[in-house]
Amino acid sequence: MSPDLLLLIGKATLDTLRMVAIAGFIGALIGLPIGIFLATSGKGELFPAPNVNRAVGLVVNATRSTPFIILVVAIIPFTRLVTGTSIGTKAAIVPLTIATIPFFARLVEAAIRDVDRGLIEAARAMGATPMQIVFKVLLAEARPALTLALTMTIVSLIGYSAMVGAVGGGGLGDLGIRYGYQRFRPDVMLIVVIVLIVLVQIVQSAGDRLARGFDKRGRKT
Amino acid sequence: MTIPASTIGTDQAAVVFDGVSKRFAASGQSAAFTALNNVSLTVGRGSITGIIGRSGAGKSTLIRLVNGLEKPSAGKVLVDGVDVGALDEAGLRELRRSVGMIFQHFNLLSSRTVFGNVALPLEIAGMDRRAIDGRVRPLLDLVGLADKHGRYPAELSGGQKQRIGIARALATEPKLLLSDEATSALDPETTQSILELLKRINADLGLTVLLITHEMEVVKAVTSDVAVIDKGEIVERGHTFDVFTHPKHETTRALLSGLPGSKLPEAIARGLKPAAAAGDRLVVRLTFFGAAAERPLISQLIQSIGAEVNIIAGTIDDIGGKPYGSLVVAYGADPETSGKADRFFAENGLVTEVLGYVA
Repeated sequence: MSPDLLLLIGKATLDTLRMVAIAGFIGALIGLPIGIFLATSGKGELFPAPNVNRAVGLVVNATRSTPFIILVVAIIPFTRLVTGTSIGTKAAIVPLTIATIPFFARLVEAAIRDVDRGLIEAARAMGATPMQIVFKVLLAEARPALTLALTMTIVSLIGYSAMVGAVGGGGLGDLGIRYGYQRFRPDVMLIVVIVLIVLVQIVQSAGDRLARGFDKRGRKT
Repeated sequence: MTIPASTIGTDQAAVVFDGVSKRFAASGQSAAFTALNNVSLTVGRGSITGIIGRSGAGKSTLIRLVNGLEKPSAGKVLVDGVDVGALDEAGLRELRRSVGMIFQHFNLLSSRTVFGNVALPLEIAGMDRRAIDGRVRPLLDLVGLADKHGRYPAELSGGQKQRIGIARALATEPKLLLSDEATSALDPETTQSILELLKRINADLGLTVLLITHEMEVVKAVTSDVAVIDKGEIVERGHTFDVFTHPKHETTRALLSGLPGSKLPEAIARGLKPAAAAGDRLVVRLTFFGAAAERPLISQLIQSIGAEVNIIAGTIDDIGGKPYGSLVVAYGADPETSGKADRFFAENGLVTEVLGYVA
């Protein structure tokens, strides 16, 4: 394997990591409150706003049902507005983030909804404010599930990031398409696939381990 | 002479339900229904008051009105003279910090240690770390779990979890403790130990306890006053001892029939005859209270009638702290023996009920 190729793979891996890290971070930061809102704003819940809840749910569904590659192209004007360009790794981060927000939000919603309703009632009976219930009860109790949700989001992001090569996004996916497929280099393709598998594996096991550490439900004396 | 709970003045009342109704509007697939209908009830300060009823009778709704988890559709709920329905959200939160609550399924946070769970209401109240520490430790001592402070709920037994629930409910030093079927998920032995703890807290801290349950055993073991609820209405109420010894409503009788000693053994019940033949024996249920329950009645009975007495069924128990006994005995149905027995019962103030005759 030539040093040039190694360099290419190294740069592509870094690009992928950068895209995933930034899109994952911003996406989770915005997706988390949206997910909490979705889980707590139904009728008779902590922050009852059923109409807003439905509206937000609709937007989330719309974004999630748009195929990622179409989302990338469709929001090019917005991408240009934010980053000043519509091609390259930096530009790719915008659609990746946009796709992450609703994905993570739905997972957060499910994780929060999974918290025992009895705990919410107990907290209310203690005189907790809705905000205190969110921070001291819901987020604390959902922490293992939220960790797994974030893990799943990052793994999906790694997959999505392979598609942004279409707008010159760079990264491992782009490398695989351009060298492995278009230049008939099965060796490059193989390496790209292996690196992706390793990345996903690392993220998944780290996430699982972290979630297990947070989960105090299964312990026995 | 004791005063019935219903006549306790409001100044002595921890909780007053005044003509309270609760209707739930139809939503989704469930039809509208009335959970409570014109309920009036007074919970005396410092008492342990039980509300008993079958599931669906409305008792969960009733207890949730006290700390405003539910709002009445009509009528008023007063806690320490404060109208709960008139409070805004901030007022309700303040009230809830002075009313502790324990639950059937404990509702402990799995992510927090024993210490952290008991500390939660204090964190919510905005208390600082050091003060919390000073408050939580004695509570863990009180419920006998000081050595478990760093454990997680999943590592504890049901009874231990409920002890943590009790410690947590007491953390804000409430004057009133609400118990929502707190022992229903526990085995009989653990139930007794939790009830003992509640009794001790009631006596030592002067805390009023309002508990709901579907188990007569629980009412019998700890309460001083009881209200029986059926289909959203209070059908009977009074001192626990009076209600147990002289149940008036059918629902009360039905709930009481589940208690041990209240039923005849199957074989005897089948052999009972309504009229006596020669040589038959008379089956009588004796009910005795107070001092009579502690005297050697049966041996005295044998001496005074000069004939054999069979004990068929019986129980001697405490109800609301008073001894109470129920014995089913059989002796000769001939006029001489039964006449002597009747005199003995009259002299000793025993309540008797003839159940029938056996061969």
